[in-house]
Amino acid sequence: MAGGRSSELRQFWRMFSRNQLAVAGAVVVGLLVILAALAPALAPWDPSKLDTKRILHPPSKSHWLGTDQLGRDVLSRVLYGSRISLAVGFVSVGIATVIGVLLGSAAGYHGGAVDNIIMRMVDLMLVFPRFFLLLAVLALLKPSIWTIMAIIGLTGWMGVARLVRAEFLTLREREFVIWSESIGAGTLRVVFRHILPNALAPVLVAMTLGIPAAILTESGLSFLGLGVQPPYATWGNILNDGKDVLEIAWWMTLYPGLAILITVLSYNLVGEGIRDALDPRLRQARLGRVIRIGR
Amino acid sequence: MLLFALRRLLLAIPLLIGITFVSFLVISLAPGGPLDFLTPEDPNASAEVKQKLIQEFGLDQPLHVQYGRWLARVVRLDFGRTFLPDGKPVLVKIRERLPITLLLNVIEMLIILGLAVPIGVLSATRQYSLYDKITTIFVFVGFATPDFWLALLLMFLFGVQLGWLPISGLRSLNWEYLPFWKQQWDVVGHLILPLAVATFGGLAGFSRYMRQSMLEVIRQDYIQTARAKGLPEPTVVGKHALRNALLPVVTILGLSLPSLIGGSVIIETIFAIPGMGQLMVQSVFSRDYPVVMGNLVIVSALTLVANLIADIAYGLVDPRIRLGGRRRRR
Repeated sequence: MAGGRSSELRQFWRMFSRNQLAVAGAVVVGLLVILAALAPALAPWDPSKLDTKRILHPPSKSHWLGTDQLGRDVLSRVLYGSRISLAVGFVSVGIATVIGVLLGSAAGYHGGAVDNIIMRMVDLMLVFPRFFLLLAVLALLKPSIWTIMAIIGLTGWMGVARLVRAEFLTLREREFVIWSESIGAGTLRVVFRHILPNALAPVLVAMTLGIPAAILTESGLSFLGLGVQPPYATWGNILNDGKDVLEIAWWMTLYPGLAILITVLSYNLVGEGIRDALDPRLRQARLGRVIRIGR
Repeated sequence: MLLFALRRLLLAIPLLIGITFVSFLVISLAPGGPLDFLTPEDPNASAEVKQKLIQEFGLDQPLHVQYGRWLARVVRLDFGRTFLPDGKPVLVKIRERLPITLLLNVIEMLIILGLAVPIGVLSATRQYSLYDKITTIFVFVGFATPDFWLALLLMFLFGVQLGWLPISGLRSLNWEYLPFWKQQWDVVGHLILPLAVATFGGLAGFSRYMRQSMLEVIRQDYIQTARAKGLPEPTVVGKHALRNALLPVVTILGLSLPSLIGGSVIIETIFAIPGMGQLMVQSVFSRDYPVVMGNLVIVSALTLVANLIADIAYGLVDPRIRLGGRRRRR
């Protein structure tokens, strides 16, 4: 299989690199990760440093993106905010993926009652308007970056579970799976060594598309004041501060929102690019897109 | 057909029970229960309030007993009373606000469908044309634009800078004194910005999906046949292809309802529209648990009903579904 895999990779890369938009998206994603990692070195000011002499200053040479109500530098806050957004995106998608893969493979491999129960759970979770569910949980828990990551992950695994189940349903009938079962390989070995690696492509797409969705959700919650709390700067809570002074300080609204837009757009381009490069095997990943509509 | 509808209905019942179970679980999973939150920080949490809470939730009982009791009341649509000073029953509060959210979402959905279908069909029939490329860009940007940010920008532009449109509430302060037609116009004006924002994100998704669905149908043999027998292209596209391409979109509409309704949280909060979403946010801030739970149950149950209607509608328009028993999802 090894040779097949590396040639598959080469084939994938050839398809992916032909898609200019996806490549551009990948470059921006890379840049954003670097910016987030280097934020402490790059930020011109301390993001929580108050300056009463510079309250709500418009963009200038010393403060490229202006200052907020407390005289804090908006550029530095947006830079630091990117760390929170990326962290929330990656961790919550990680949580969702682990849950989705475990439940999806259990459902797809076992079939029968297990499958039925798990898929009804998926149906149930999908009936809840996600924002209402998130808010209900937040009424009880103190919102912190960890709670936010956890609840976004715990309410976002259903798409992955469905994809993985669908892959398993077809893969478990394939010869190489039946052979390895017939020579006595244990269930865990069959699932994790033989089936799962072959089912990972759509999961990768779902993950790439899940990160921007999680970032949007987090910034929405923070915007409502129920997400990551000050003193942490996040794009959502900068916008929340900015909404009160929208009429006099447009820069506090324009720039953090642009940061969200650019980030989400580039991840989506990369995700769609990966999917198109893996097509036609991946036609069913469209289901992931369906679930993503309207976040 | 009746049998099909009945089967769908039966399948929805366990989901409905599931909704109440999850909603109940959410509240009881809080470390220390809901009491823990009121007591240390909230100065209003007098012994009286605490007592009321213990009674309200029967917190001294084991969990399954609590759930049973709560469920028995919820079945009669009794969600208790709000913790707020006015002490209204939760159901009354919800009844005040539900029509507004429903109205907004229905209008939103009609606009989305009305625009997404032609946009999607046109980009599919002119795949890779300039028009197709522009709509594709629009779709990607639409997906990536945070709705609350778009709302703020539009408020700034049309409300503050240009002063064309009102930016908050559903009516002007002097609404009562306006003549009848001006009153209607006033409400419409208040709805324009919220609806524009609400429609934007969903429109991107649906027009994309419509395009995809149309592209698939156009490749089918029966479309070739229709062309081959000399039907004019508008008939082929508008009649033969569109009808079939619309089918999966009905399902998608049902599936994406939860997220459309969820979107009303942010929109209602920003534009100060007194609907379910705004009620939810307010109750979360004031930790008004009975309202939070009631809200969650009602909104999800309504979503379930809407899903059911979409399901049955799909069966109605596509006999394969109700006869085959299995639903074609993609």
